[in-house]
Amino acid sequence: MTDPQHGVPAGPDGRPLAAAGPDGGAPTSGAAGDTGDWWGTDEVSVWYGKVLALDRVTFRAAPGQVSAVVGGDGAGRTTLLRCLAGALAASDGTIRRPAARRIGYLPAGSGTYPDLTVAENLAFRAAVYRVRDPARRTTEYLERAGLSAARERLAGRLSGGMRQKLGVIAAMLHQPALLVLDEPTTGVDPVSRVELWSLIARAAADGAAVVLATSYLDEAARAARVLALDAGRELATGTPEEIVASMPGTVRVLAKRPEGDAARRAWRRNARWQVWAPDDPAGGPAGGVAGPAVAGGELVRPDLQDAVTVAALVRELAMTGGQP
Amino acid sequence: MSGAEPGATPAVHSTGSAPGGALAECVGVTRRFGQFVAVDGVGLSLHGGEVVGLLGANGAGKTTLIRMLLGLLPVSAGEVRLFGEPPSRRTRQRIGYVPQGLGLYDDLTAAENLAFSAAVFGGGTDRALPAALRPYGHRLVGALPLGVQRRVAFAEALAHRPDLLILDEPTSGVDPLARARLWETVGEAAAAGAGVLVTTHYMDEAGECGRLVIMADGRVVAQGTAAQITGSARVTVVETDAWASAFGALEAAGLPAALVGGALRVRDAAPQDVRRALSGIEARVSEAPTTLEERFFQLTSSTTSHTEDMG
Repeated sequence: MTDPQHGVPAGPDGRPLAAAGPDGGAPTSGAAGDTGDWWGTDEVSVWYGKVLALDRVTFRAAPGQVSAVVGGDGAGRTTLLRCLAGALAASDGTIRRPAARRIGYLPAGSGTYPDLTVAENLAFRAAVYRVRDPARRTTEYLERAGLSAARERLAGRLSGGMRQKLGVIAAMLHQPALLVLDEPTTGVDPVSRVELWSLIARAAADGAAVVLATSYLDEAARAARVLALDAGRELATGTPEEIVASMPGTVRVLAKRPEGDAARRAWRRNARWQVWAPDDPAGGPAGGVAGPAVAGGELVRPDLQDAVTVAALVRELAMTGGQP
Repeated sequence: MSGAEPGATPAVHSTGSAPGGALAECVGVTRRFGQFVAVDGVGLSLHGGEVVGLLGANGAGKTTLIRMLLGLLPVSAGEVRLFGEPPSRRTRQRIGYVPQGLGLYDDLTAAENLAFSAAVFGGGTDRALPAALRPYGHRLVGALPLGVQRRVAFAEALAHRPDLLILDEPTSGVDPLARARLWETVGEAAAAGAGVLVTTHYMDEAGECGRLVIMADGRVVAQGTAAQITGSARVTVVETDAWASAFGALEAAGLPAALVGGALRVRDAAPQDVRRALSGIEARVSEAPTTLEERFFQLTSSTTSHTEDMG
């Protein structure tokens, strides 16, 4: 990268579009420089006052791959993504990220200027990041996103899905080495979601390490790597296959909600009931939770959704006293 | 869901398929806004005990249809019947509704929100929160986590034991375990005899619905079970170590591919066409059944789609 250094502009939310480290955004860890074999965090913790938002989280995002961070409200996804994007400093641990000008960041729920048109939003980004041949790239991305006809519309007057697509284009316009997208598809309709994924795949195909946060596991299952967070801590991590393979115990599917103790290990899926049982039918602990095996039902081959749900369940049972 | 309370409307247990037994019925329902036709001749019926998923892109007409069902918006043409009569304040009392924005008062506590809604819907003034929500009862709704707010909104919509439950994107942004719990509540209401109409953007949740209705451009373009809607449609799957080059080659050939894990999935293209487009890139090309999401995209992204009734 030979782009000259530039000032860091403020995003629509007042935060820096891409914050720079003291040396212009070189990795804050002592690891090898801008070689780009991975970006991510190593044992990163973040405190907001007395609240531990992120608890020793390690995360790797590889170039040319899509990595997903999943979890619900308050899980720590946004905190982790802000660390990666350089918008937030870690209280502890190390963050490895490229120079600020090589990061693209879409914050949750914003990322575009409502009072600018679609074309103006992109022209501004292109100018800030000194994009080469901006007209060609803007046209290409707008077409890919299905936004060509909306060039002259104010971003503030777009539908939710269109605004998210614009935000993603704006974040990837300068072909960043690390593309950080906070919930690009939440509340977005299925057609726009397919278009968003096409943009995301384009960025990865161009060599970016793409990190996206989502609350949907069918979406995470499409990623090469997944990190599931819960209350600031890692719940599960790896490729979707690895997460499924490392799930303790077994899952059965029942037509009706089970009775008694098993009810606490059951959840609804596809109008039926999935019930998790620890490995050992004799009641040995799996994941620190003991319980008798579930009788009846049909053993299922768990998928990512089952595995992450089980991990959350195991933690919930351990916290509330899993012993019946 | 046990023990009748004074004033509670008994749940309807009829699951008969006779049109007269429908809780909600739309016949040729149309709504225009000026020149724009938001809902165009929609036919739909919903019976007790049934969970029907209403799917569609933004602007497909789902929310307009729901507003007509609730009696918030008059029809331009056609007919809406609820419990055998036109929508009115009376029919509204038998409906539980969770809007996208949840419809709670942020400045009231969870318990106050429930008490307010109980007063509006009649039948008691001091309804207790479900046990799981009691710890939050005296906190302002605006300060509660989103997942808890959703459960409060569900509790509020269910408190008057509605015969018909209408949920507009009830699980947006909720973690998987919390989402499973919300669907439990929906399933319990249906098992007790209520009819449920639910919109969602997530095809994963279509499995919770006995029947799906897919809308595009104001019209119903498909309805039936998920299996009926996906039918025998196939996609072409490309597995390769060089996915980025394959992605570019397919796109250049006008065959946009979706990235799923390490594989590419191509809609509307036969394996031989895909192989030709890959022009020498080493890859395993096979066919697989289409997913509901892929089928949905086909049905709704083509403006010339014809109505397909598979139910």
